[in-house]
Amino acid sequence: MSTSDPGAPPLKIYRHTLLTRITHAFNALSLLVLLLSGLNIFMAEPALFVGQAVRWDQPVLQISALRTADDRLIGATTIGGHRFITTGLLGVSNDAMGQPQNRTWPRWLTLPVYRDLATARRWHFFFAWLLVINGAAYLAWNTWKRHIQNDLWPTRADLAAIPRSVIDHLLLRHPVGWEATRYNVLQKLAYLAVIVVLVPGMVLTGLTMSPGMDAALPVLPWAFGGRQTARTIHFIFAWSLVAFFIIHMVEMVLAGPLNEIGSILTGWYRVPQAHKPAKVSEADQ
Amino acid sequence: MSAADHTSHRRGWLKGALASLGAIALSGCEQITNSPTVLKALESAEGLTRRAQRLILSPGQLAPEYAERDISPVFKANGSTDPQDEAYLTHVANGFQDWRLKIDGLVAHPMTLSLADLRARPARTQITRHDCVEGWSCIGKWTGAPLADLIREAGLKPDAKYLVFHCMDTLGGSADSPDHEASRYYESIALADVFHPQSLLAYEMNGQPLGVPHGAPLRLRVERHLGYKQAKYIERIEAVASLDKLHGGKGGYWPDRGYEWYAGI
Repeated sequence: MSTSDPGAPPLKIYRHTLLTRITHAFNALSLLVLLLSGLNIFMAEPALFVGQAVRWDQPVLQISALRTADDRLIGATTIGGHRFITTGLLGVSNDAMGQPQNRTWPRWLTLPVYRDLATARRWHFFFAWLLVINGAAYLAWNTWKRHIQNDLWPTRADLAAIPRSVIDHLLLRHPVGWEATRYNVLQKLAYLAVIVVLVPGMVLTGLTMSPGMDAALPVLPWAFGGRQTARTIHFIFAWSLVAFFIIHMVEMVLAGPLNEIGSILTGWYRVPQAHKPAKVSEADQ
Repeated sequence: MSAADHTSHRRGWLKGALASLGAIALSGCEQITNSPTVLKALESAEGLTRRAQRLILSPGQLAPEYAERDISPVFKANGSTDPQDEAYLTHVANGFQDWRLKIDGLVAHPMTLSLADLRARPARTQITRHDCVEGWSCIGKWTGAPLADLIREAGLKPDAKYLVFHCMDTLGGSADSPDHEASRYYESIALADVFHPQSLLAYEMNGQPLGVPHGAPLRLRVERHLGYKQAKYIERIEAVASLDKLHGGKGGYWPDRGYEWYAGI
């Protein structure tokens, strides 16, 4: 087989444009800061509600600290009326001195590490602006260049291949050759969910919590079913992004971490070559 | 030392190493997060937010209003809820008979009004959502004197840029401590909010005279802002050209403590 064989995949492809790489980096940084500062903000009212206003006796979720008769602190998380003891993680965790403290989240999950609503809001809104500007640049450029339409939007054949793709993922089978030069259907759907649903949804539900924005665009609190519902969706979407991140990291490691990290930094992706099938096909001919 | 001892020892060491690595990472983060330069840079976003909201908010655009049935059965009272300041307690004791609202500063005609004077003026009633910076919201019905009418009557001088609301309560400082005055509550708003139709000096809540937990006898309603802008226990409104000289210089009790002065977000 010669290198000019049109049937063989290239050794390397230019997978990520410079703009995609830069916006990916700023996106990752923004989402990390927004998550940690957002969790600090949440500590000021560690409960979720539905509707415009809160109904204090009907929280969807509540994280609190209880004091026992013998003066111990217990962390409790209540979801839809069911209470779970979550000491050490939610409600009560150790302070810098190792003493149990009334804290919604552990120190390592909040920015700043100490409870500080004012500073957490400063971090949150600065990086919210960065996320919006960065995301708008990504979306505008990649829609203009048809990257989203051509490479991320699933085709009819993609959708038909969902069951097979699910099995491939469960068996940790990764594509090689030409197959590896394009995104598989689950990957496309996951990226689209982040780009089109989760991140824009975070921005819109975030804006709905702003009294100024609700006056400017009354459609916002109406569309999300109220300020408190918007806050609840904001919370659920945030953790959905965390779930995406975990799967994203697992897949990155399974698919070859050096190649994957290299491609998001330099743009160049080394195409995993299929050894056996190439030989088999030669023998068959 | 047995193999098991070795393993547990190694595990202990690994745990310690990970914990100290974590601590180093955290303290490194803390150095960044506590740096005044970083915090200053983060504050730049507030100007962007203010300008962006002012751009899309037309001057008369109203905050959403709600129906009677939406009124919250329990409206949380936050911040000062029972001021112990001597002058205030005296006013409470005689039902605010001697309480007066002063409007002064950069105005052509300084005014002094009793509660009866305020009640005799044309009133506006609105059912609005109160959004606390902490994340909760409650819906309440407010009745009061529109701020715009009063300020037009007082007549702003050309260099007036803000209204400052001086309050009778001190928050977080004990009454006999030397820095007592430093913990006096105050807030300020820009002219765009002064002349907004929903900006009220409210003396009634849900059809009843305003109670002590919610700011008796008079509180501000500026509905396109967060709760901490809705100053309670007001005794004086001062028109000023700049906020620099007041208390911490940031234009409000909470802004002096790191919160955004522009509370539309």
